Amino acid sequence: MSSTTPLLDVSGLTKHFPIKGGFPIRRTVGAVQAVDGLDFQVAEGESLGLVGESGCGKSTTGRLITRLLEPTAGKISYRGQDITHADRKGLAPIRSEIQMIFQDPYASLNPRHTVGKIISGPMEINGINPEGGREKRVRELLEIVGLNPEHFNRFPHEFSGGQRQRIGVARALALNPKLIVADEPVSALDVSIQAQVVNLLQKVQKELGIAFVFIAHDLAIVRHFSQRVAVMYLGKIVEIADREDLYENPRHPYTRALLSAVPEATVDAEPRERIRLTGDVPSPINPPSGCRFRTRCWKATEKCATEAPPLVQVEGNKPGHLTACHYPETEATIPAPRLSKDPEAAA
Amino acid sequence: MTSTDSQPFLSIKDLKVHFSTEDGVVKAVDGLSFDLVRGKTLGIVGESGSGKSVTNLTILGLHNPDNTKVEGSIELDGEELNGASEKTLEKLRGNKMAMIFQDALASLSPYHTIGTQIGEVYRKHTGASKQEARARAIEMLRRVGIPQPDSRVDNYPHEFSGGMRQRAMIAMALVCDPELLIADEPTTALDVTVQAQIMDLLKDLQQEFGTAIIFITHDLGVIADIADDVLVMYGGRCVERGTKSEVLRTPQHPYTYGLLGSMPSLEGPLDVPLNPIPGSPPSLLNPPSGCRFHPRCAFADKVEGGRCAKERPLLEIVDGRGNACHLTEEQRREFLDTAARAH
Amino acid sequence: MLRFLVRRFIGAVITLVIISAITFMLFYAVPRDPARVACGKVCTPETLEVIRHNMGISDPLPLQYWHWLSAIFVGRDYSGFGHCDAPCLGYSFINREPVLSTVFDRFPTTASLALGSSVVFLIFGIGMGMLAAVKQGKPLDKIASSTSLVASSMQIYFVGPVALYLLVYQTHLLSQPTYTPFTENPGGWFTGLLVPWLVLALIWTANYTRMTRSQLVETLSEDYVRTARAKGMSRRNVFFRFAWRGAMGPIVTIFGIDMGVLLGGAMITEKTFSLQGLGMLAVKSVTNNDLPMLLGVMIITAAFVVIANIVVDACYALIDPRIRLA
Repeated sequence: MSSTTPLLDVSGLTKHFPIKGGFPIRRTVGAVQAVDGLDFQVAEGESLGLVGESGCGKSTTGRLITRLLEPTAGKISYRGQDITHADRKGLAPIRSEIQMIFQDPYASLNPRHTVGKIISGPMEINGINPEGGREKRVRELLEIVGLNPEHFNRFPHEFSGGQRQRIGVARALALNPKLIVADEPVSALDVSIQAQVVNLLQKVQKELGIAFVFIAHDLAIVRHFSQRVAVMYLGKIVEIADREDLYENPRHPYTRALLSAVPEATVDAEPRERIRLTGDVPSPINPPSGCRFRTRCWKATEKCATEAPPLVQVEGNKPGHLTACHYPETEATIPAPRLSKDPEAAA
Repeated sequence: MTSTDSQPFLSIKDLKVHFSTEDGVVKAVDGLSFDLVRGKTLGIVGESGSGKSVTNLTILGLHNPDNTKVEGSIELDGEELNGASEKTLEKLRGNKMAMIFQDALASLSPYHTIGTQIGEVYRKHTGASKQEARARAIEMLRRVGIPQPDSRVDNYPHEFSGGMRQRAMIAMALVCDPELLIADEPTTALDVTVQAQIMDLLKDLQQEFGTAIIFITHDLGVIADIADDVLVMYGGRCVERGTKSEVLRTPQHPYTYGLLGSMPSLEGPLDVPLNPIPGSPPSLLNPPSGCRFHPRCAFADKVEGGRCAKERPLLEIVDGRGNACHLTEEQRREFLDTAARAH
Repeated sequence: MLRFLVRRFIGAVITLVIISAITFMLFYAVPRDPARVACGKVCTPETLEVIRHNMGISDPLPLQYWHWLSAIFVGRDYSGFGHCDAPCLGYSFINREPVLSTVFDRFPTTASLALGSSVVFLIFGIGMGMLAAVKQGKPLDKIASSTSLVASSMQIYFVGPVALYLLVYQTHLLSQPTYTPFTENPGGWFTGLLVPWLVLALIWTANYTRMTRSQLVETLSEDYVRTARAKGMSRRNVFFRFAWRGAMGPIVTIFGIDMGVLLGGAMITEKTFSLQGLGMLAVKSVTNNDLPMLLGVMIITAAFVVIANIVVDACYALIDPRIRLA
């Protein structure tokens, strides 16, 4: 990696949500290990994709980075400055540089505020008065996100879902951020609208040089949008690599299974490789020992149960391609064994 | 067997479903026709407001009769369902035709056990006893791949995981061996690995029971995996119809074509911008005149005399293939192919 | 479930102790001398002091509270006044009898009023709410909804006298409200309370009609109701097996809390119909400056509300399997 400090440096990031219970006095009896020891960096202007299935901790990670949640352990540095436990005051100068875009374009905009008020909100809160006034800036932003600048006096309900998401993007851009955490920004939108918003985000990323942490479950969209991709499973990163490496040469069995499960809108003469995982993701309250994927992995051995595999550059990986697996996939293991369709047989 | 097999099992002719609301009449479905034969899967693709879900609720007669006007014909195995009595429909629902929904958690009653909910369909339609129904529920749960069905049968839906709930819902729909299964976005709320499991399950069960399936989705990838035939809906109308490979390989309607271009792929070139369809899906309260897609269509100005805005293009189906577009065959070949090459 | 009940019971006791402590402090901190009242017209400072001592009000406040609290378990002797057996909630120097015996005297009236009227308003309220939900948007729904709006904005002290005038004095259809113990004369008990029941129920029915309707309308639009219809269940079956089950939780909740309140005494109703229940007892204690009595009534009322809450939560868990009690 380059010698300059990355924009965002996350190490050992952990978030455990306590579970209350016990008798007769309620106390903490356990924890949902939502995120458990993440290490990753985001370079300036780079888009890092976080993918994984529900409950893998990707959204929690986004909320930790933006400090909407307080980390249990680990360290988050922004431009070399430790912001892990920074208070409101300490965060103030950084708040404007890290912004968030949410999934639900209906719930994340205040229905009683005009678009102008919504977009200028961050400027107001941070006491920023751009040249030419806030209204001019709002018009500029509306223009950037492809909405009519004259519409700043309208209310969110007058816009369609895709347009609302554009308003969300404009709000995130209002303070010239350096990093945007986008949590499933297109998954609530229709297919034809998704592409519009993805293109907009891509334009913003390239033209304004904004770095993204792009959280999504749709692997095709992540491949399209993010230069680097981290795959999460049960609160841990199992694989992280440049997108070419990750999609062409997945080394972790989970990455491979995930990729093979994505239905593609093509009718090939030769069907693609299919790996069918059985069962469900285990509970994050009591995750499996060792490698957390082992309960659904066709390669799991004794070692996987006792020893958690470290996230390292396993043999055969290009630099920057890290995999947390004792038995990484190789070209030779293709085609991977097809699993039985009957979940009971495998369980 | 053979004589009935070639006959369409479900035949929809010129179906119109109009709701009256405070703001006016919503033309949710506006002249839809299609046939479905036994053992086949018809994929219905469309975005929000395309009328795909309304169509299927109407087939089952689950629309609100107070504010809905249904015209046209819905024939199931030779029996007309539009205008049929509530009693007739109740006998068919869950028995000859069944439905599974997108959100299994919300669609299963939180107050009753999984076993009760599966069993009561069986009891209702076969008159079986409680014990027989319970045994049948356990058998169905085993068949859809739920581990330890003997104990799981007494669980409540909230005690199941997302994928298991959808399996239970499928078990509930199939408990009376329906001949028609309508699946309304059954995998949309699921994770990809679970989605793949559920689609495999549906395919297996279809092979086993010969069920005709209508599979509603917005995801062309899912269509490619599960459907035999595809019907593309836009603004309450069918815009294109064909086999899966016809529609996905050589889309004829600019909307289908646009949908395919909007979707990023796991393969293919990187750093090429997507090719979205501009604008948003139409309001069905006040839909565009003529072809409902024309305000978003890149080729509308290529048709002479502004016909796209004036005249509704007719859907002509020849051998199960057709589209509703004013572009001529040559224009289509020229425009869509050039666009494809440019992409 | 047992764990839940034990935990909640402990919580309830703590709540009641806190409530009683606060009330006690407030009452006894006011500069008012109950001994002076009890002393009568010819009162020497010496007798006053003796009375004070016997009343136990010459001690410091926390000690007084401790005596009051311990009396619940061991009873207490008010020498010169009388003895108060455990459980003793204090002694009314004005009535010259333990608070609890007065409360026990009055409670059957209040309980009869609460139970009787709740039967009426549950039957009519839920029934009309169900009708309105089934006939959603139809004339019947609109009539039920607007009637309930009018009825719920009425007040007992208006409807009560009007009903008395129309039903009792003018037409003699029903008899003058009185309380006859059920054990003595069930018929008299019933006829004597019928007018108060109907009047109280009229106002409460409206709330239940509106709540039942909105709850049912909400559950009828739930996905699982649609699924039940898609399974071939009849409208009737869906209504009673599925929709009703979902609507029941909130109704039970509100009813439980209402019941707790009603059992604590419906002051205005009792006053309107001159019934001697807990509500009237509280009113009279205030006018008479009978602080021990007032304190006793307040604790009993608070206990009903707290118990009602526990019962409601337990019922909720029985109705909805998603709720786990711990």
